[in-house]
Amino acid sequence: MAARKDYILFDRDTQAVVYGMQEDAIQRMLDFDYICRREKPSVAAIVNPTRDGWHKCFYGSEETLIPMYRTLDRVVEKHPNADVMVNFASFRSAYPTTKEALETETLRTIAVIAEGIPEQYSRELAVLAKKKRKWIIGPATVGGIAAGAFRIGNTAGALDNIIESRLYRPGHVAYVTKSGGLSNELNSIIALNTDGVYEGIAIGGDCYPGSTFIDHIMRYEANPEIKMIVMLGEVGGTDEYDVAEALKAKKITKPLVAWNIGTCAKVFPAEVQFGHAGARAGSVRQTADAKNQALKEAGAVVPNSFEDFDEKIKETFDRLVAEGRVAPVAEVNPPPVPQDYRAAKKAGLVRRDANFICTISDDRGDEPTYAGILISEVIEKGYTIGEVISLLWFKRRLPKWATEYMEMIIKVSADHGPAVSGAHNAIVTARAGKDVISSLVSGLLTIGPRFAGAIDDAARYFKKACDAGTAPETFVDEMKKLGITVPGIGHRIKNLDNPDKRVELLKSYAFKHFPKTTYLDYALEVEKVTTQKKNTLILNVDGCVGVTFIDLLNASGSFSPAEIEEMVEIGYLNALFALARCIGIIGHIFDQKRLKAGLYRHPWDDIVYRVEKA
Amino acid sequence: MAQRAIREYDAKRILQERWGDYFGDIVVYAGKTVQVTPDSDWDQLKTENGWLQSGRLAVKPDQLIGKRGKHGLILLDADFETAKMWILERMNKPVTIGQVTGVLRQFIIEPYLPQKVEYYLAIKSDRAADTIYFSPSGGVDIEENWEKVVSIPVAVGTSVDDADVAGKLPDTLSVAEKEFFSTFIRGIFRLYWDLHFTFLEFNPLAVNGNKVAPLDTKARLDDTASYLCGKTWCSVSFPPPFGREPFPEETYIKNLDEVTGASLKLTILNPRARVWTLNAGGGASVVYTDTIVDLGFANDLANYGEYSGNPSTEFTYKYARTILDLFTREKDPEGKPKTLIVGGGIANFTDVAGTLTGIVQALREYRDKLKAVGARIYLRRGGPNWREGLAKISELGKELGIPIAVHGPEMHMTRIVSMALEGQ
Repeated sequence: MAARKDYILFDRDTQAVVYGMQEDAIQRMLDFDYICRREKPSVAAIVNPTRDGWHKCFYGSEETLIPMYRTLDRVVEKHPNADVMVNFASFRSAYPTTKEALETETLRTIAVIAEGIPEQYSRELAVLAKKKRKWIIGPATVGGIAAGAFRIGNTAGALDNIIESRLYRPGHVAYVTKSGGLSNELNSIIALNTDGVYEGIAIGGDCYPGSTFIDHIMRYEANPEIKMIVMLGEVGGTDEYDVAEALKAKKITKPLVAWNIGTCAKVFPAEVQFGHAGARAGSVRQTADAKNQALKEAGAVVPNSFEDFDEKIKETFDRLVAEGRVAPVAEVNPPPVPQDYRAAKKAGLVRRDANFICTISDDRGDEPTYAGILISEVIEKGYTIGEVISLLWFKRRLPKWATEYMEMIIKVSADHGPAVSGAHNAIVTARAGKDVISSLVSGLLTIGPRFAGAIDDAARYFKKACDAGTAPETFVDEMKKLGITVPGIGHRIKNLDNPDKRVELLKSYAFKHFPKTTYLDYALEVEKVTTQKKNTLILNVDGCVGVTFIDLLNASGSFSPAEIEEMVEIGYLNALFALARCIGIIGHIFDQKRLKAGLYRHPWDDIVYRVEKA
Repeated sequence: MAQRAIREYDAKRILQERWGDYFGDIVVYAGKTVQVTPDSDWDQLKTENGWLQSGRLAVKPDQLIGKRGKHGLILLDADFETAKMWILERMNKPVTIGQVTGVLRQFIIEPYLPQKVEYYLAIKSDRAADTIYFSPSGGVDIEENWEKVVSIPVAVGTSVDDADVAGKLPDTLSVAEKEFFSTFIRGIFRLYWDLHFTFLEFNPLAVNGNKVAPLDTKARLDDTASYLCGKTWCSVSFPPPFGREPFPEETYIKNLDEVTGASLKLTILNPRARVWTLNAGGGASVVYTDTIVDLGFANDLANYGEYSGNPSTEFTYKYARTILDLFTREKDPEGKPKTLIVGGGIANFTDVAGTLTGIVQALREYRDKLKAVGARIYLRRGGPNWREGLAKISELGKELGIPIAVHGPEMHMTRIVSMALEGQ
């Protein structure tokens, strides 16, 4: 890297480290680099304390990768040519991180963006920087900009602003301001009244900025490319007097147009603290009026008010041109920067077909909704779990009897002991030391054609037969011919005389609350046929759940036959079972983990080995 | 967020709380202070502080008022009943200090301790150093006796332990006194430093043996250090500068400001004046207000205020409505036009079209009142989507039948001020 003159902080080759994962600011820096037609983007690396790797961003329309490190020392080691740090650390961590940057060999200029850093710390940093012949810009600043070369973070705002103020190429006027907010106004005033900004620095609104007006003005004085200086000070502090002294001592020879804001403080009823921490006059000397007077007396061009600030700048620049002391720069055309998709979409300029569609919930607003209903409303209006299921599975509010019945199904299906496939698998997995989710999934994976399959099958077969008007006897015969056991029929122990109480409860609820029970009625007719063959061939809990669920859909009056067909096909019944059984499976997993049960190994004597030699 | 003055009562409370950490038993804090507010129970004060009845008392208001003695706001050498009467006569009453009138609500009572030698001790901070000022000739005439004050700067980045405090103390002090004061001063300095004071002054300071009591005390803290000193500051509060009672609208905006992440400010200078401002941006709002004053219209200026930091449409609307309500209360008594300056700089990223929505809403609502007072409105704003935003306002002016001059970033920021005020 070619050695820079002392008075140059930024040029077209400047490489910077951004401290803090400020994606927008980083992209803005690169966009500025691009319209300045820099050879290389200005952000060499990012310090992101929570993640290392690569950060993807755009350089023009191409994507580029910026390395990301967790610590600053790694960056310094890998990127010794970076001499600027843009420090976005919060007010709490800005002090230690800036101090660390000052202690490095390579970083020379540190822009400190945070507002609210204790003054004790700011003063210490300022002293340390001076001692090491380094530069701090800020704290409490947007930063600064070297036109056509380098931009600190968000300085100068949106690209439109930058193009309107022609900041993509240097002019001959440099400014220094306390206010970052007004720096953009200065960019515009200078662009409208001269050949443009060469460089602008916002030193920040705190009492003790790391570098002050005079520090930057002496740099501008030394830089032969700069022909004129603009300064915008404010009420509070005495730093502006250093400039007046330097003018008097003829250390500043270039024309200086200066103004201090806050002249209105005198009309306030009490001592006034403006927005900046430093903007409070502790004495007459610190008032804006006194500073304007002192600068005027020292030889600065001082307007009567901000109102003729632009005219004074124009007059001063025009005089330089007339005297042949400055040749206005030739205009250049910056390359267009592709518009950001999000912004273009918002402005209605582009469209794109989406890859996903969602019709049940929406998380884009202040609060997510279920089928258009705010979650808070779900709570406030006392929706039950069954009603939440109805919103998310059926996209509507089903009648109370229907949601209550679904909850009954969940209750009777939550757990059927440790021996069934699902629970067993989950227990074995949990005992193998796997986490809750892996164990749960291994249990759920057993749900299908055999385990819990009877519910689904019962629903399908009974529905098909009932819809086709098949007589119960015929249905039983046909199933026998096909060699299929009628699903949902038969119990190990229970029989007609000793009925399954769960089935009795489900049935009686359905008879009492469902407007009609077409499929249950049909299944009970089938039961009459099968129990004639054997006393235990009763409608079991799986069968009852299967057929009553079809009745629920049918009787709710909310769905067409085709919709009901589709719900059965895509597995609503298995889903309801899986949902219910999660409760039990999770219980078993917790149980095993609490018991600290060790790895399960199946005993040999429970396996028949019949291995033949290959 | 800045250096903030605190009440004398709070300053002394912090000193007393932290004293042991810095002095142990070597220097004893001998100050006693009670606070009296409109809610104070006199009987309780008496019971809890026996010394109030047993000795002579000093009484003064505690509301960041400077030079209280010169304004007759200190009562010395009084008994309890006299002190009580003196406070009750003044409590909740307005008092005028210079050009500022405010209501007295906070007093302190302390033991009256006449001193033969009045010491002066202060620490002040500036960019380069924290400087200790000490004099055995303190008291009300300290400024006249400033040549007797020694100053001991402790440069930023150095420690008070390395400063030759004893060597710089005045030679009128004995060797023992020098040693005592150098210990005392070092301790106070460390406390000042640890607790992020930015200014501390005892004038006078009473010293008896190893017992010290600061009599008149002024202090400022750096409130940005509250994340470090929240606990050690003993729940200090930062009172507003002594001044008039806030208008209800000012209180309303202050409360709004506290519940939004954005910034909303309002100071009413003269509610009957004809020129009102509804400005965006901390810096720009100062510039607009300056320009009105600089062009000679200070007497016509009604308010200072700003909204910034991207407030939501709702907050911008509430803010604008508050200003419009004040603005449209009456016609100008002299028949001059009522003028509203809606100023703003060139925004960096704020969607100008978006933020103007809240103002449009408020203007619509106040249409009839605006017409009734003969309002003229001048607007200037730049930044993202300014063309769209400004077009909206122009149309609104036509729709409402109210003259609104609308300008973008092509016009110098404050030119609307001279157009509005000098163009008539």
